[in-house]
Amino acid sequence: MLTSLLGAVESGLLYALMALGVYITYRVLDFPDLTVDGSFTTGAAIATVLTLNGTPPVLSLICSFIGGALAGLMTGLLHTKGKINGLLSGIIMMIALYSINLRIMGKPNVSLRGEANLFDGANVLLVGLIIAVGVKLLLDLFFKTNVGLSLRATGDNKRMIQSFGANTDRTTIIGVSLSNALVATSGGLIAFSTNQTNNNMGVGMIVIGLASVIIGEAIFGKSSIFRTTLAVVLGAIAYRLIYALALRVPGMDAQDMKLITAIIIVGALVIPTIRSAIQDKSVSRKRAAEVIEKVASKGGVS
Amino acid sequence: MLHIKEVSKLFNPGTIDEKVALLKADLQLKQGDFVTIIGSNGAGKSTLMNIISGVLKPDIGVVEIDGNDVSSLPEHKRSQWIGRVFQDPMAGTAPRMTIEENLAVAYKRGQSRGFSFGVTKKTKMIFREELSRLGIGLENRMNAKVGLLSGGERQALSLLMATFTRPQILLLDEHTAALDPARAELVTDLTEKIVKDLNLTTLMVTHNMEQAIRLGNRLIMMDKGQIILQVNEDRKSELTVERLLGEFEQISGKKMADDRVVLG
Ligand SMILES: Nc1ncnc2c1ncn2[C@@H]1O[C@H](COP(=O)(O)OP(=O)(O)OP(=O)(O)O)[C@@H](O)[C@H]1O
Ligand SMILES: [Mg+2]
Repeated sequence: MLTSLLGAVESGLLYALMALGVYITYRVLDFPDLTVDGSFTTGAAIATVLTLNGTPPVLSLICSFIGGALAGLMTGLLHTKGKINGLLSGIIMMIALYSINLRIMGKPNVSLRGEANLFDGANVLLVGLIIAVGVKLLLDLFFKTNVGLSLRATGDNKRMIQSFGANTDRTTIIGVSLSNALVATSGGLIAFSTNQTNNNMGVGMIVIGLASVIIGEAIFGKSSIFRTTLAVVLGAIAYRLIYALALRVPGMDAQDMKLITAIIIVGALVIPTIRSAIQDKSVSRKRAAEVIEKVASKGGVS
Repeated sequence: MLHIKEVSKLFNPGTIDEKVALLKADLQLKQGDFVTIIGSNGAGKSTLMNIISGVLKPDIGVVEIDGNDVSSLPEHKRSQWIGRVFQDPMAGTAPRMTIEENLAVAYKRGQSRGFSFGVTKKTKMIFREELSRLGIGLENRMNAKVGLLSGGERQALSLLMATFTRPQILLLDEHTAALDPARAELVTDLTEKIVKDLNLTTLMVTHNMEQAIRLGNRLIMMDKGQIILQVNEDRKSELTVERLLGEFEQISGKKMADDRVVLG
């Protein structure tokens, strides 16, 4: 039990970069980017194949980052310059990447067993923690730079930032590229930790990313950027923990996981709404009682 | 310094929904001119603003700033010379960012945005000083999210953001229309002060006749896409609301039809 929970925290940390990537597009840029399902695998494929060919694992992972950024760049260009709807741009890239990933790998499954590995002789938990926290902090800093501020303003109020001379096509492209770079890096990390890549490993990744963001924000809050990126990292871990626990429920197995993911997201979306509705009601009830009392003590409604 | 040369603009040309939003509109402003614009609904006032700022491109005609044809420049390039405040208090600021972050975005108008920090000790001091000029206490709330501000506070902030990098031209499109009278008054006073202090060339659309007469040194009246009346500096001081409405009826042959008109 404990080892499986520890394993969940471990993979949660590796998936955290993917969740941060999804956070950039979905929350900061307000751009629902589905490229993720493809670029996650792209990152894994690049890391695996390069390592198999003798590239040092760290360098391979950096190449995953770059590969993901290029995929995001394409999606960004399709949307901003090609004027293709955002959702559709992502879907187009996702499908294109499916073939590209197969080309990179040469076959649907590639194993890393017995090869050099990023985690050779290292504690996965520790390395994962350092990478996740490091990227989180760098991202916090980035969002305070002038580029970062205009990227946030693009998602918050496009018309306003345009009137201040920022090129929103550019900020959108930067955001989507950075997002997919992180997603691909996450894919590379997962490839190293599972010792393999297969062409379907990215399927449904966007939903897991959204689930992590939504759960994280619901549990840990989103009052500032610092807080929100922390919440997203913790959300990715929380998702893995819930996943591991759900698998332990008798009668559940891996094929039910997509359904469980859907239920988790609905829960994370609905619970805050219910909670604030209940809160509102109790506040107004209390206030109404006060008013009634006040009126009564004055002796009737005047 | 700003010359709008015979600009025409059609919406949905050639269809049954065709609308002539501007028809050979011609306007020339000197440095420091403050022009108020009045006119009925759909007269083309907002279209004129959008043509100047580059949101819309003229079908025919040219926009010149300082003698340079800027007609083909997109909005984000023109914005180095042009500051804008919109009617909607939500439009001019980013609600999920703090006051100081909004100011940092505005501070970089017309400059490239690199990887240096937007809010630093130095810029913070500048922001604080500028905010205190508004006199509404925003300098003590620089870390507050702008979404928490009232409409009037937001509009005052928008005005500051639009002007504090000293653009050459300031465009105000009914920027007080969504505010209650007291806040509208406040923002109007701030506008007057800022325009005077910075000697900005300004175009201001308003539905308040009294305001249109009181503010600025020139006034234009628009109807059906045309500038039907121009009142210049010397004549503006003698203008009254009655005379203005009388002029409108005489020229256009109808009463001023404006659902938001305020006589003063
Ligand atoms: N994007 C658009 N598409 C089609 N028609 C438009 C568009 N924008 C404006 N129009 C039309 O062009 C004409 C001029 O509109 P404009 O917004 O410039 O008027 P206005 O003088 O600002 O009016 P108001 O006082 O109501 O703000 C109107 O008839 C309007 O319906
Ligand atoms: Mg208008």
